[in-house]
Amino acid sequence: MDLNTIWFVLIGVLIAGYAVLDGFDLGVGALSLFARSPEERDLHVAAVAPVWDGNEVWLLTGGGALFAAFPAVYATVFSGFYLALMLLLVALIARAVALEFRGQVAAPGWKGFWGAAFGVGSLLPAILFGVAVGNVLRGVPIAEGFAWQGSFLGLLNPYAILVGLVTGALFVMHGALYLRTKSEGALEERMRGVALRTFVAFVVLYALGTVATGFVSPFLFARVTEPLGLLLTLLLLASAVGVPVFTRAGKARLAFTASSVLIVAMILVVAVNAYPVLVVSSLGPDKSLTIYNAASSPRTLLTMLVIALVGMPIVLVYTVLGYRVFRGKTRAGQGYQAV
Amino acid sequence: MDALALARLQFAVTVGFHFIFPPISIGLAWMVVVAEYLGWKKADADYVRLGKFLGKLLAITFAVGVATGIVMEFQFGTNWSRYSTFVGDIFGAPLAAEGVFAFFLESTFMGLYLFGRERLSKGMHWFSALMVGVGSTLSAFWIIVANSWQQTPAGFHVVDLPGGGQRAELTSFAAAVFNPSTLPRYFHVVTAALVTGAFIVAGVCAWHVRRDDKLAFARKGLKLGVAWGLAFAILEVMPFGHLHAQQVARTQPAKFAAIEGLYASAPGNAPLLLFGVPFMKGPPPSPGMAAPLEIPGLLSWMAFGDFNAPVKSLQDFPEDERPPLWLTFVSFHNMVLLGVWFVAIMALAAWRLYGGRLHESRGVLKALVISIPLPVLACQLGWVAAEVGRQPFIVYPGLQADGSPFQGLRTAVAHSPSVGAGEIAFSLLLFGAVYLALFVLWLFLMVRKTRLAGEPAPA
Repeated sequence: MDLNTIWFVLIGVLIAGYAVLDGFDLGVGALSLFARSPEERDLHVAAVAPVWDGNEVWLLTGGGALFAAFPAVYATVFSGFYLALMLLLVALIARAVALEFRGQVAAPGWKGFWGAAFGVGSLLPAILFGVAVGNVLRGVPIAEGFAWQGSFLGLLNPYAILVGLVTGALFVMHGALYLRTKSEGALEERMRGVALRTFVAFVVLYALGTVATGFVSPFLFARVTEPLGLLLTLLLLASAVGVPVFTRAGKARLAFTASSVLIVAMILVVAVNAYPVLVVSSLGPDKSLTIYNAASSPRTLLTMLVIALVGMPIVLVYTVLGYRVFRGKTRAGQGYQAV
Repeated sequence: MDALALARLQFAVTVGFHFIFPPISIGLAWMVVVAEYLGWKKADADYVRLGKFLGKLLAITFAVGVATGIVMEFQFGTNWSRYSTFVGDIFGAPLAAEGVFAFFLESTFMGLYLFGRERLSKGMHWFSALMVGVGSTLSAFWIIVANSWQQTPAGFHVVDLPGGGQRAELTSFAAAVFNPSTLPRYFHVVTAALVTGAFIVAGVCAWHVRRDDKLAFARKGLKLGVAWGLAFAILEVMPFGHLHAQQVARTQPAKFAAIEGLYASAPGNAPLLLFGVPFMKGPPPSPGMAAPLEIPGLLSWMAFGDFNAPVKSLQDFPEDERPPLWLTFVSFHNMVLLGVWFVAIMALAAWRLYGGRLHESRGVLKALVISIPLPVLACQLGWVAAEVGRQPFIVYPGLQADGSPFQGLRTAVAHSPSVGAGEIAFSLLLFGAVYLALFVLWLFLMVRKTRLAGEPAPA
């Protein structure tokens, strides 16, 4: 395996880590819009409060790693997705401060406003990430010399919106499964139902998306019949079956695990089939950004690999430790408190 | 305004606003570490109360810092794609290292510190606070590595790209990380952050003591803030401010001439300008300095340790290689003035504290309260001097690894060609409105927390 491929894998790991971890707290945030009472909304917030910030760092590190390993992708796509990214950033800002600000003042108007900001600031990114992925898979207008020729409205095409709905449903389901493990009584029971219903929505949308992909970007099926592609496709199907089975059987933690595996498998299936392409150019396959023409120098890739190998095991150790400290059900009175 | 000017304005607004918060976070984090340690080891309820209170201020500030920092992580790509392409091979690595070594650490342990008081042992809880301090301080290191490489690039060579254009490629990671300005700037900035935290602690505790001088946690916090503030205010000027200025004189002489107001070549040595009003237009010699107050030879001595050392003036540089003059001169000199004030007020407060009279010195206490925002202002001024002084280059000229000259990358050719002025104007207005609201809310909550901290602790 060459360095470029290793970094293709590592960026994939960062994206998968982000999707699994921030995925559930984006989902819980979106679900908080439908909380039945202010107390119930407090529980939504308290369930993710200690961990959401660490989860979001996966996005920041992923962005930094992309900049370092494949600067041409970072430069071309980020400037091309300009307005969409600005909307995403405003949503993420609103969400970050809403979590901290909401509990600071007890007045209902204050809590209501920041509760809404947390909810919308969570739902919007859950969909926008999918829209971005949809565009990257469908192909964006990149000309010679990585010159961007797209427009903002061009990003809002039906295929990309469909993928946005897929990730939106997926993260809401993932969030419901997480919240079910953290809650008790009526809320726990309701999350069981929400998870099952959003699972059906997800399956329908994902099936539609898969068919659409066959028309839009057939190369994403290039390796489905090869052993690795086949194995991952089976993993995807198995974990997808696992979600409703475990949910119905009352195995909340297993259901959440299945949904985490499902997210990873979805990303892996796309990655294995797309390899070595990172961003498809709609102006011709020779203009696509790949792990070779978009990469940094071998010395930088090697230096970064050392940084990752030294740093990420430590990160994983204290991340697991942090989750263990906050394991178990979240109860009223935990989390942010007004003084 | 064209797209370039708007992109520059947007960067200045977003980075300037973001940079309000990290120095406060770093400074407060270390004050929390000290207060929580004393509370834990001495089993002192006052220090625990102080730690909890400062922890709340830290949490609010940290959240706004994180939220506005996300923008920075993306903005290089969105607004400065040609810059990103040029520096990605070098700049990206410290940015990713910041994520791996610092962001994960501070964010994860921030959660443990804020929500783990009842779930962790006292020792582990304190360790969490410590890791927030360590993480935020490490984060400053990596971002300063990246920025310092723009100021004094090292450990690289420039190669032509197959698709056209050029990029800098890494030849030595160690040389790029420890480029000539990294360490002088790092110590300067981290000390500034510690001063910022100390002034907040001293100021808010002084405010409480002025209202009720029996409030034990505020008296202890005041002592802590003044001791910490005096120590780091002195270190900030001497040696760290001085060493940084010497490094600028050696490595960025045009910037040095601009910030020091050395516009005209003097035969032989250079004077230190204590005061002056720069003017840009008029008959030669212009630009020049009105009403100058100078000490002959002192700048030569301070920069190079020799009263007779020649210092390059602006006249030694072609006009298209000079930074903007007014902004650099004014920001730098006001920063220095504030630095002197920090030493003076903290020395006075420490002297009164030593004599046991600080709690009755209402004037000194009031001066401490008024001084709360001044270190933040000094950080902003220093940042303006550093970044505007780097112009017209986004990556400063220097030497490549093989010793051949590098002409620098000009800011004017570094922005994103595909992003139009309208798009930037829209997002600039959007961020301007959001940031203004955030600032008001942040200030409101900080003041509110401070007021409420004085009320009797719940049983």
